[in-house]
Amino acid sequence: MTRLLEATHLTAAYQTGGVEVRAVDDVSVHIDEGEVLGVAGESGCGKSTLGAILSLTARAPLYVESGTLVIDGQSQDLAVGSRIPRTWRGSVVSLLPQGAMNSISPTLRVRTLVYDVMRAHNARISKNEALDRARDRLKELELPVRVLDAYPHQLSGGMKQRVVTIISTLLNPRLLIADEPTSALDVSSQKALIDMLKQMLEQKIMSGVVFVTHDLPVLRTVSDRIAVMYAGKIAEIGPAEEIATGPKHPYSAALLNSVLVPEPAFRKKRVRGIPGSPPNLANPPAGCRFHPRCGLVMPDCRTKEPPHVGDELTFSACFWSAQHPGEAVPADKAVPRHIDDPTELDLPAAGATPAHAATTEGANA
Amino acid sequence: MTQSVVRDDPALAGSHEALFSAREVNKTFGHGRRAVEAVKNVSFDLNKGQITTIVGESGSGKSTMARMVLGLLPITSGTMTFEDRDVTKLRGGARTAYWRDVQAVFQDPFSAFNQFFTVRRLLSRALRLLGDAEAGQAKMEEALNHVGLSGPDVLDRFPHQLSGGQRQRVMIARALMMSPTMLVADEATSMLDASLRVNVLNVLTDLRDQLGMTILFITHDIGQACYLADRVLVMEHGVMVEQGPTDKVIFDPQHEYTRRLLSDVPRLHD
Repeated sequence: MTRLLEATHLTAAYQTGGVEVRAVDDVSVHIDEGEVLGVAGESGCGKSTLGAILSLTARAPLYVESGTLVIDGQSQDLAVGSRIPRTWRGSVVSLLPQGAMNSISPTLRVRTLVYDVMRAHNARISKNEALDRARDRLKELELPVRVLDAYPHQLSGGMKQRVVTIISTLLNPRLLIADEPTSALDVSSQKALIDMLKQMLEQKIMSGVVFVTHDLPVLRTVSDRIAVMYAGKIAEIGPAEEIATGPKHPYSAALLNSVLVPEPAFRKKRVRGIPGSPPNLANPPAGCRFHPRCGLVMPDCRTKEPPHVGDELTFSACFWSAQHPGEAVPADKAVPRHIDDPTELDLPAAGATPAHAATTEGANA
Repeated sequence: MTQSVVRDDPALAGSHEALFSAREVNKTFGHGRRAVEAVKNVSFDLNKGQITTIVGESGSGKSTMARMVLGLLPITSGTMTFEDRDVTKLRGGARTAYWRDVQAVFQDPFSAFNQFFTVRRLLSRALRLLGDAEAGQAKMEEALNHVGLSGPDVLDRFPHQLSGGQRQRVMIARALMMSPTMLVADEATSMLDASLRVNVLNVLTDLRDQLGMTILFITHDIGQACYLADRVLVMEHGVMVEQGPTDKVIFDPQHEYTRRLLSDVPRLHD
């Protein structure tokens, strides 16, 4: 397969009031032609920031400190001060931002937004040309053309999200970065959007997708590979199937453990979330950033940067996987047992230990 | 449209006492040709000490139903009873009294806070509904302990200093201070990521198991319903299409819509 995109050594920080919060720290990703890369992680782990860097939309207070983007052999330095050609945004990479379905002006029809978007990239395009393009696209994807004449309140949430997705890809970008596109939708609309994205990839409307979400079951359905981010770094990256069935990083395993699916096993057991919360990135923990919440922590984890086990396309950044090559993390050991779920590590809750602590241990055994 | 399926075993009908009952509730928005029937002829019971979940896609009328249960939205026709009292058309003082028994937690823990108020100030404003400022401090701490937070740690914090999961738990604590008999949670976990979501759901199951609280939980996520609920009600376009014990509705669905909802759920494993 040919390489579509190579982003190497991306580092970016939010600078506010003299504090520097490095939300993405030396992250490299590769995407092949026709591939969907899923990016997973908890809130505040840097997923959306990675999306902003890749889509070339980093704005103050977010500053890109270093990083190179290679698309189709064209190289682009991303660091502050480098000139990013305006034509890249929208036609080489396009961003579908979080909450995009609310970006259609409530007082204007959808077709006005279509014309505005097209005109921003081609000043001489006529209204009819722009709308023809959108009509053709809607027909190709078997959606009703009349949505162009609708106001956003006349469309359902799922339809709005699909329409905005179509508008954001009108210029046939090489890469689409979709930030939490399914999070506000119910399961049936989620499925419709995912099916549409796959159809668009098949029709080569775009050549690759970065799909950012915290919803692992959705990622497993939509993506070819999944990158699990934690505290600004990639903890594990690999084929979607492998991550879903045999995660090699304790954090991926812990995330998977907290997923609820309608299966009989979930009626009886008590699922535990990951204790604590992601670290404050203004002052990240030394060594492996997951070590304070990890159930398989070793002395090295507290002081040394974890090694990358695997190759650049499939790796796990973890001392445990270095010692156990090729093994999946045992699901019940991913998070420490002695900490009970409702008490978060950053708030040592004295006297708040719930009475069910004993039963929880029993249910998990 | 097929007939509504009720799956409760008639033999067990008497074993759980209904705390709240809705009978043939209708809600119509607008008039004449523009009328939209958001809820059509819906009847259900919320049993004492159980978690009941309403599932359905966007626009199925589940949130409208929640607002009517809370007395925030007048109903068009039908009756609702709470502890054998008619609560269909409550107004003024009677409605305030009802809110001491029935409390709510809503979807967005980020906008439900006044960002200039500390948690203490937010909670003490809620105490005014009780009209008893004396017990204030103790009540606050007790409620926070129930959701796994400790008073001294969070009371003087501002909302931006709390994580999403902590905020939603403070919101649950606010509802708990009223010592309600029933809690209505409308998509209370939709904005949280998977790990925080599980923690909040565990708080709800603990409230049921330890305080015997009756909970109405509204969600579009069948995975959460399956984990949490004792009974599941399925709504489609304002109609209650299937209701019954979780094991029956989710693992042996009879209505075609319930089956479709289940087949649309993305799976981790095949």
